[in-house]
Amino acid sequence: MTLHLRVGFMPLVDCALVVLAKDEGFAEAEGLNLELVREVSWSNLRDKLNVRLFDAAHMLGPAAIAATLGVGGVRAPMAVPLALNLDGAAITVSVRRYEELARLADGDMADTTVSARALAAMVARRKASGLPPLTFAAVFGFSSHTYLLCEWLAKSGLVLGTDIRFEVVPPPQTVEALTSGRVDGFCAGAPWNAAAVSAGVGAMVHSSTDLRRNCTDKVLAWQADDLERRPAAVRKLTAAILRASDWACDPANIPRFARHLSAHDRLALPVDLLEPVLHFNLVQGAGRPPRQVERFIRFDRAALRPEPAHADWILAGMERAGQIVRTPDMSEQARAVFRPAYFPGGDD
Amino acid sequence: MRPDLKILIVDANPVRAAIIDEGLREAGFTDLVRIGATHGLVAAIETHDPDVVVIDLEDPSRDALADMFLVSRHVKRPITMFVDQSDSASIEAAVEAGVSAYIVDGLKKERMQPILQTCISRFNAFRKLREELDEARSQLEERKLVDRAKGIVMRMKNLSEDEAYALLRRTAMNDKRKLVDIARSIITAAEVLK
Repeated sequence: MTLHLRVGFMPLVDCALVVLAKDEGFAEAEGLNLELVREVSWSNLRDKLNVRLFDAAHMLGPAAIAATLGVGGVRAPMAVPLALNLDGAAITVSVRRYEELARLADGDMADTTVSARALAAMVARRKASGLPPLTFAAVFGFSSHTYLLCEWLAKSGLVLGTDIRFEVVPPPQTVEALTSGRVDGFCAGAPWNAAAVSAGVGAMVHSSTDLRRNCTDKVLAWQADDLERRPAAVRKLTAAILRASDWACDPANIPRFARHLSAHDRLALPVDLLEPVLHFNLVQGAGRPPRQVERFIRFDRAALRPEPAHADWILAGMERAGQIVRTPDMSEQARAVFRPAYFPGGDD
Repeated sequence: MRPDLKILIVDANPVRAAIIDEGLREAGFTDLVRIGATHGLVAAIETHDPDVVVIDLEDPSRDALADMFLVSRHVKRPITMFVDQSDSASIEAAVEAGVSAYIVDGLKKERMQPILQTCISRFNAFRKLREELDEARSQLEERKLVDRAKGIVMRMKNLSEDEAYALLRRTAMNDKRKLVDIARSIITAAEVLK
């Protein structure tokens, strides 16, 4: 019997395994009729999962933890039997700001401490000349992107939200926000950095891997009690996604992989923009050649194990960003969101 | 507490926004502000200083709004999403209808309930209207196709209009297919054989 599952996603390269599970037929092979729905906000994914309009959702790991803890006004307990990727984000600033940073840099801009110090120098100069503070964006408050921005800024003692204004801009609007000057820079998942560079408005400063390797990013979230209530559905979707992972890791499949993502009801973006990202070849802008970033985004099986340890980094990030005040029971609750028990050989 | 609540309606669809506006007025709320483009939602909230924000779920700025729960220094008053844990039915109804509501500065749930109910019913009414319109459009489209097919049959088989129509219906019944599908086949065939 075929089981119908509706899964929501945001248009980002890291939704790939869900898309491939459907479009390469892995879900069907597991007896699933997978219906994919593109969404416009993480809030919608959370709320539609919460009222069962979705069975599962492509979700930011930190958003799953925030919803489970009830931080940010909404309590919607979630469980994660599987991650969807590791890494794959980048920090991009406007071309103009990049040129200013490069002039202020004392050393190689590829060094995250050098670039962070250049940014601190820019912040100080603007303050001294009475210019408004810089604004940086992430795609959601509760996101690895926010915490990576905080980590980068901390290298030169800057605090996000204090020294630099913080704004939330949904992924598809990042290019427009940079073009209009509403934000000076952003941290977002692929392909939105490449999109800003290709549009001639952005210059990539760092890949997320420059700051942190094997960084937790998107996960597959279910309603918390569904793991016990509907174990067969969870196992089938997990199995389909693991098969998609094997397929995605074969370099020979990349052209076809890029075409699936490019479809109008998936990312609706040109193949030419997506394929280089899948080859880890990142356009940088500001007159620099593309950069090859080894294992820029991980889709391999080992990357998909939901690690309770990731919750510790996420909670630390939330605390640093001023999103939570830690209480003793938080750590256990947050760790329990990641459930390796459903991962093959993954009993924790 | 202010006698009249100020409600900010965020909806890119001006027709639906007008329908919600009208519904809220009928329910006795007169202090309403409608905005469409939402790049500056945070700024709009600062400017208008509403008690309640009603937003279309298709609007991507919901995530920016969510962040305002945390960075309440952006706005003078704290914002929370209207989630009444004891009433999951109305939350479900809101999400299904495609609307979300946010309350500013701890407005009482009892005062929020009629606003949310009005928005839900207006969102549903709008969707029903649109579905009816789509239905009417496709019916008109189908009738045009059947008329064209009828014309082809009349010409090729030298039949009267009634006879041609009867033949189409009989074929549809015998083949257990819809009349419009038979009509489409005839039109395609006629184009191929032209």
